[in-house]
Amino acid sequence: MSRFLARAGKRLAGRWAVIGIPYAWLLFFFLVPFLIVIKISLSEVTIAIPPYLPTIDLAEGWSSIRDAISQFSFENYIWLTEDDLYWKSYLSSIQIAGISTLITLLVGYPLAYGMARAPSQWRPTLVMLVILPFWTSFLIRVYAWIGILKNEGLLNQFLLWLGVIDDPLIILNTNWAVYIGIVYSYLPFMVLPLYATLEKMDHSLLEAAEDLGCPPWKAFWQITVPLSLPGILAGSFLVFIPAVGEFVIPDLLGGSNTLMIGKTLWVEFFSNRDWPVSSAVAVILLLILVVPIVLFQNQQQKMQERDK
Amino acid sequence: MAKKPIGPIRRTFAPWDDPEQRPFIEFRNVTKRFGDFTAVDNLSQTIYEREFFALLGGSGCGKTTLMRMLAGFETPTEGEIFLDGKSLKGVPPYHRPVNMMFQSYALFPHMSVADNIAFGLKQDGVPKSEISERVAEMLRLVKLEAFGKRKPHQLSGGQRQRVALARSLAKRPKVLLLDEPLAALDKKLREDTQFELMDLQMDMGLTFLIVTHDQEEAMTVADRIAVMDSGRIIQVATPPEIYEGPNSRFVADFIGDINIFESKVVAKSAEGTRLHATDLGVEFDVGQTTAANVGDTVGFGIRPEKISVSLDKPEKDFVVEAEVWDIGYLGDISTFHCHTMNEVALRASVANVTRLVERPIAWDDKVWLTWGRDAGVILVD
Amino acid sequence: MNRGASWFNVTSIVVGFAFLYLPIVILVIFSFNESRLVTVWGGFSTKWYVEMLHNKQLLDAAWVTLRVAFTSATVATVLGTIGALVLARMGRFRGRSLFSGMIYAPLVMPDVILGLSLLLLFVAINQDRGFWTVMLAHTTFGMCYVAVVVQSRLVGFDRSLEEAAMDLGCPPVKTFFLITLPLILPGVLAGWMLAFTLSLDDLVIASFTTGPGATTLPMKIYSQVRLGVTPEINAVCTILVVLVTVGVIVASLVTKRREFSRLRDERMAAAAP
Repeated sequence: MSRFLARAGKRLAGRWAVIGIPYAWLLFFFLVPFLIVIKISLSEVTIAIPPYLPTIDLAEGWSSIRDAISQFSFENYIWLTEDDLYWKSYLSSIQIAGISTLITLLVGYPLAYGMARAPSQWRPTLVMLVILPFWTSFLIRVYAWIGILKNEGLLNQFLLWLGVIDDPLIILNTNWAVYIGIVYSYLPFMVLPLYATLEKMDHSLLEAAEDLGCPPWKAFWQITVPLSLPGILAGSFLVFIPAVGEFVIPDLLGGSNTLMIGKTLWVEFFSNRDWPVSSAVAVILLLILVVPIVLFQNQQQKMQERDK
Repeated sequence: MAKKPIGPIRRTFAPWDDPEQRPFIEFRNVTKRFGDFTAVDNLSQTIYEREFFALLGGSGCGKTTLMRMLAGFETPTEGEIFLDGKSLKGVPPYHRPVNMMFQSYALFPHMSVADNIAFGLKQDGVPKSEISERVAEMLRLVKLEAFGKRKPHQLSGGQRQRVALARSLAKRPKVLLLDEPLAALDKKLREDTQFELMDLQMDMGLTFLIVTHDQEEAMTVADRIAVMDSGRIIQVATPPEIYEGPNSRFVADFIGDINIFESKVVAKSAEGTRLHATDLGVEFDVGQTTAANVGDTVGFGIRPEKISVSLDKPEKDFVVEAEVWDIGYLGDISTFHCHTMNEVALRASVANVTRLVERPIAWDDKVWLTWGRDAGVILVD
Repeated sequence: MNRGASWFNVTSIVVGFAFLYLPIVILVIFSFNESRLVTVWGGFSTKWYVEMLHNKQLLDAAWVTLRVAFTSATVATVLGTIGALVLARMGRFRGRSLFSGMIYAPLVMPDVILGLSLLLLFVAINQDRGFWTVMLAHTTFGMCYVAVVVQSRLVGFDRSLEEAAMDLGCPPVKTFFLITLPLILPGVLAGWMLAFTLSLDDLVIASFTTGPGATTLPMKIYSQVRLGVTPEINAVCTILVVLVTVGVIVASLVTKRREFSRLRDERMAAAAP
């Protein structure tokens, strides 16, 4: 009997060890940091190392923690509401991310659709070609657009040469450059889920629709688009959520009046050295994104259940 | 309720009738529930050593679940399973002397045929020389001597099935479980393999438990068949007993083809029962006693081949007049779908004993049907 | 079916891919520019490649980046594969939703949040920033990507192979290493490559979590871009692009060849009696 228990115990222990390793890692390196961010957001900035007060000295035990908690305040959050910059940045970020996601969808859908309809022997190659730019550096590709979009850049040179315009278009350092940059960088994230959904679609459904008197363009809107909705949602989440907090693209391609929260946070942290305010900015950003993130995870779960 | 077999049947292997024999596999009040759904319902059954035992039933009847519990991949919610006197409770599949041949064969695609067969032996730490001997023996057994180095994707379906068989026999398990092993094979190959399996089982003296939905397969290979439905065993008997002596309408209808008529018990005696088939309007004797009382309604089941069909009215105690509605010509037999004068449908079949292409009985012919005392069976539930 | 939509399909694909590749092509072309300007062509020259090879800071940064990418990808692959196992095989357990959330969240989380939170963690535990903190940060988000990739492989995996192995006497852990792992290896390797690329490419998280002496290549490129740019950067970028392209092409050719020989074997076997 005791041997049975020992063996059963060993098997259970093995199972928990396997679960435990990645779990513990993520708890420590993902979850705990968020708690720390919250804690810092409630702290005061100071010129010291580290540049915030209070600091918790765990060696002093529980009293130090209680002490610190009593010093917490929502000052930083109030500060965020007082200065226009912040809430404007949040709104602007959501707006820019939203518009970019829409453009990405409009650009990516025909591409994904074309790929899904291509002869099947070409499809793996096409998929590889879509993924390839993604493997090359993100930073590099954004940088390449600077050369194209600036006033003396290639796009303007080309358009001037064609005679389409007389003066160079001012694109760089405006919101439009940011849109182009986001669409360009995140395109694979939209195309791949869309392609996966479109490819799995049963073509005989469209044939049935045509057989019943439905013209192809109508069948597209009434059958193809609704059936590709999971792909549209997945792609949109994969573009929108990170785009809200995007830093590199607005920094390199956007102008001084391109307000995005990622840039604001960076400046707050590196230039103003104000860790507590940066943390508060991060917490609010996270709260804004919680809803889309949870929706995204639910959608992923549902799709997995269906595939099973 | 066990029915007496009709006539003397010679059996040389029937440990289930021998009170001295100890059961080899025992399911004791085994129940398996998945959430709200009960897959196996308080099932008790014994299986003897060297038996070829078949679990037969439609999808969802619980036969696969039962087998997987014996293999160790599912744990009974209630009840216990015993093998050779020892309980299997808490014993994981890799510690059971039971091996399974999977329906999909489950050959390891990244290993050669020889490595697949040797896999189980390697887990037991058998010395290398012995392993290669045993693998060679298994390859000879399934006639794949030249295929040792090939990988599974380089084999045809029939060859993969033999490798799966060889792999599951390599460890000489006490019990071999076969999960619909022949489902993927074409008819001719399936028939040949059925006989090969039977020979193998007898020569090696192993206990086989086969799960199948194919009644012909079960009837061909098995010593005993257990017909299952909704998690329970309805009847366990030898193939002839199951076919000729079904214990319920379900089993009668499940195995083979049968006509069932609701009949009233007119008289009972020590030698048999007299029934009145209400819809057919005839009275006849059945050489079987029943526990039902006079006046009760029972089912009378008679298989098509037991009904005699003739164009001329025979001199018998009773006849049923019918018209041939449809004929199914199957080569070896012809099945006549007949309608009686009051629209009762009957199926009768006749062996085609001559090579005539033009058969004497044709569509719309009037025929006379009758049968003997021991042709049909009384079904109570 | 394809009538009418055909020309539209071809156009969409051509336009789409042109959009994707044009910037890269331009980048590569201008890496051979004689003049200092990045957008005006002055003639063909390979001098920027020579300068790049003499730029010690740049090469140091590249070396750091490679080391970080390699180590973090490898650790991330191990952790991520275990994570995938947990999600795909361990069924329901207490705390599963939290675990699943922690795996999926980093995939969409903005880099600035991840970077900031990890830096604050390192400060809180008094850990000096440098190579190892960047590596730990990259491992953390890398493992989530690996877990998602490997999990999709495991979900489609034929469980009866694992059952057959256990039926033949192989305990679960051994079954994983002998049967499951070899067969999901392509997925695991794809996960490694993904984690490697993401690490190679990361700017924001590295900026937050790095320390003196551990400047990564993206950080170097970024600072150069802000200061003023010469085609030397183009040269660096071109090298990276070429390396990646060659790698991806080789990988896909290898897979194609294996698929082809496999199909051929199957066809031969089916033809045999």
